[in-house]
Amino acid sequence: MRSANVADAVTTRSSANRVPLISVKGVSKSYETRRGEKVLAIGEVNLQLAQQEFVSLIGPSGCGKSTLLHVASGLLKPTTGEVLVRGESRPIRAEEFGMVFQDAVLFPWLTIRQNVEMPAQVLRIPKSVYKPRAVQLLDLVGLARFGDMYPRELSGGMQQRASIARALIHDPELLLMDEPFGAVDAITRETLNIELQRIRTAARKSVLFVTHSISEAVFLSDRVVIMSSRPSQIRSVIDIDLPANRGPELIESPEFNDIVRKVHRELGRHDH
Amino acid sequence: MTTNYATAHRREKLLDYAVTTLLSSGLLVVVIVVWQIVMSLDLLPTYLIPTPAATAEAIWHDLIDPQFWAGQLLQTLYVVVVGFVIAAVMGILIGPLLIAHPLVERSVYPFVVAFQAMPKIAMAPLILVWFGYGHTSKFLITALVAFFPVVVNVIAGLKAGDERQLILMRALRAGWWTRMIRVRIPNALPYIFAGLDIAAVFAVIGAVVAEFLGSPNGLGSLVIIRQTNVDTPGLFSVLFFLAAMGSALHFLINAVARKFTFWSQSADTKVAKR
Repeated sequence: MRSANVADAVTTRSSANRVPLISVKGVSKSYETRRGEKVLAIGEVNLQLAQQEFVSLIGPSGCGKSTLLHVASGLLKPTTGEVLVRGESRPIRAEEFGMVFQDAVLFPWLTIRQNVEMPAQVLRIPKSVYKPRAVQLLDLVGLARFGDMYPRELSGGMQQRASIARALIHDPELLLMDEPFGAVDAITRETLNIELQRIRTAARKSVLFVTHSISEAVFLSDRVVIMSSRPSQIRSVIDIDLPANRGPELIESPEFNDIVRKVHRELGRHDH
Repeated sequence: MTTNYATAHRREKLLDYAVTTLLSSGLLVVVIVVWQIVMSLDLLPTYLIPTPAATAEAIWHDLIDPQFWAGQLLQTLYVVVVGFVIAAVMGILIGPLLIAHPLVERSVYPFVVAFQAMPKIAMAPLILVWFGYGHTSKFLITALVAFFPVVVNVIAGLKAGDERQLILMRALRAGWWTRMIRVRIPNALPYIFAGLDIAAVFAVIGAVVAEFLGSPNGLGSLVIIRQTNVDTPGLFSVLFFLAAMGSALHFLINAVARKFTFWSQSADTKVAKR
């Protein structure tokens, strides 16, 4: 174990980019129900997220995708196993990741700009750093003209874009996204997918992305991780061999649909 | 375009306001006219129900009487304001303590509920026995009556809001104090103001009851004096001034509330179960 760590450290120095940003090692999480029974939310998951990689977790409801995301964020402690950050056994720091939920979860008493700036203030980042960054980010997510409006004056899709800008304000390397487009309509969702693809490429972020939508996962990801429920584990990982720059036209291409079908088959195979 | 829309919106709002004012003043006129008609039929003796004219005269008489202001109305207002402020400060300070820890909450809250279920007004004589017939008793009775709506709403408010707002703060590794200032207190404000609104009305009740029980001045004592004299126009006048006082406090609190809770879509309806 110790020698392995030393080896890790050596590789870190020699090839920084090849050390995964996040490695989930043998992580399981069990809950105790009210009646005192132990329920295994996730069992023995191994997963690596390389720098600037986009990995989607897909699977049926209740298969522990969100739990895994929360373990990665350090908000939940795994029952067994550990999460390594850049090969080090330590919890991820607040500066290193941003979170996006199914709904925007903006603070209704703050303007869009104040919402986006909020994490930077909590993390005590100097004003001179985060002020211009907020302007840039609002521009990046297409909300440049809406900074002084309040969340409820914006549509659900626009609110969600603001929450993505908020997740990026402290310039984290990792985005943890928990079904971020699950609550918006299908048309907005497609637009937001294209936007996210653009934002993520422009901002060079790593993303761990939980979704129920196969085509969304395929469109956005470098790899799609298929999870099964009861016991919730990783059943297969599919590499998405599509060009890095993806536009709306890709969705109609045969290659795209081949992969979607493949993921679909994999998911179906494990449903029972 | 936008300015046009804004002007149109403002005009619509103004029209709405004008119609509402017209309707409510119309309603007032109707009530007074019906009242006058009923009285002119001589169905009821005027010592039981005074005529609108006699009532208006009594109100006017009180309004221009400096002794009424100094000896009665301002005395009661003083008790109401001090009692209300004590209740508000105590409620806002004690509320968070009661839910600081789940264990504290579980063990103390049953007592809060039990105490709340008891009519606080029934405690007034006891407080008079303890603290005598001075201002202290009147402040305490008023504060006691007004305290519970505040504390219950503070507690409900601090627990309100989207749980994920707190998860977000924990993801930022924000401490207890930061979560309190940035999430819990803003979320609680609509509830707290709703509680203060109720507390203001309750404070007027508390003050009047305290003055009933043997106070040399205040509107509560004036009610007793005028009852003894069978001065029904005078009693109507006191009721009018009490209603005016309660309404003034209500509008004042709501004006402040709107400044702080403009973002809350239904600030007025956010009232904890009492």
